[in-house]
Amino acid sequence: MSGSFSVFARELKLAWSGGGGAALPVGFFAAACSITPFAVGNGVENLKVAGPGVMWIALALASLLPMERLFQADLEDGTLDAYAGSGIGMEGIALAKTLAHWIATGIPLAIIAPVLWIMLQGPPEAALFVIVFSLIGSAAFFFFGSIGAALAAGMRRGGLLIALVTLPLYVPTMIFGAAGLYAAASGGEWAAPLMLTAAAALFGVATSSFAAAMALRTAID
Amino acid sequence: MIGAGASSLVLEVENLAASRGLRILFEGLSFQLSGGEVLELRGPNGSGKSTLLRILAGLTRPHDGTVAFKGGGEDEPGRHFLGHLDAVKPSETAAEQAAFWARYFGREPAEAIKAMNRVGLSNREQVPGRGLSAGQKRRLALVRLLVEPRPVWLLDEPTAALDVEGRALVTQLVGEHRDRGGMVIAAIHGDGFAGSRTLDVSAFPARAVV
Repeated sequence: MSGSFSVFARELKLAWSGGGGAALPVGFFAAACSITPFAVGNGVENLKVAGPGVMWIALALASLLPMERLFQADLEDGTLDAYAGSGIGMEGIALAKTLAHWIATGIPLAIIAPVLWIMLQGPPEAALFVIVFSLIGSAAFFFFGSIGAALAAGMRRGGLLIALVTLPLYVPTMIFGAAGLYAAASGGEWAAPLMLTAAAALFGVATSSFAAAMALRTAID
Repeated sequence: MIGAGASSLVLEVENLAASRGLRILFEGLSFQLSGGEVLELRGPNGSGKSTLLRILAGLTRPHDGTVAFKGGGEDEPGRHFLGHLDAVKPSETAAEQAAFWARYFGREPAEAIKAMNRVGLSNREQVPGRGLSAGQKRRLALVRLLVEPRPVWLLDEPTAALDVEGRALVTQLVGEHRDRGGMVIAAIHGDGFAGSRTLDVSAFPARAVV
């Protein structure tokens, strides 16, 4: 057990230090939302229609960005061999790494989400709700993404494969999450979409590490 | 150090075959090894030494045959695998990485400091991984063997990139491990370890899968 905990702590530190792996998705999320008014027009009505949907897409794609390196770096420098050769389960490694990277990146994403929300003409009173939604949504995107990350870990330029494998898994979270944001924007019923998004996230957390572990064992074989 | 069961530590490999893609690297490989013995794996590049080590470490599935580690207790005896990659992170300092492996194995940070001194990295503690030479990275990999005593060591060319002093260190560590009743299996070129057995992997010839 100490193995998975120490890997979690190490990954959290690595994600925040050095290369700043967490900065890129946050920058992408902010940039994608910021240029939206230039594309769809800056009229309030236009942004009310497009804003929540664009924001949710940007969150999904931002969460996809760190996936290519999630396991690849450890595979290339032999760290995964060292973990596996010491007898620790790959499930624990996959869970620890994904959780650490979600905390390092998902929390900053959720913190800037309400700013972007207001910029896209969302009602300010729904800001807290947007934070909660972004946290849950990014968890779903990270954990489902880790399956694609593990499958593509052994490949050069596996980014395309990650997108192909992961995007279908994103669909339920995409539908429920966007529905929730639109409900929040119009003052509608948001509890049901929130619970369904959370259900999708929990499903991802509970199952992804097993699928990722299987893929990682094949990658080091 | 290794525990009371170390003397009954036995590795039984029977009729082992390994494949890479459509090639059988070796087949019909059988041997027995007990605690307190060192086995050198020899053979030209590509003969399957690394693959055999990876199979013994449980990383690679054998094409055929069985591997059984038997210890004193009920559990399989613990193994250390040092591959040809050193598992060194470029952005972490040497000391942080040693401390990480100590924590990883549930040991005190003091063990990491002791191990750093032993492998001769005590004056490189604050150097990040990318600043270490190939030999220093190898020394940092050796820290894993020291922070957690485990009966079985699987070493893939442990002396590669090491200087004369480093090679002497590996020989010394392997000797100490053997004297404690541990088992060492090492793929190696050139000078071997005194009093060790040798297995020529290329004697179990390769062929294409039909």
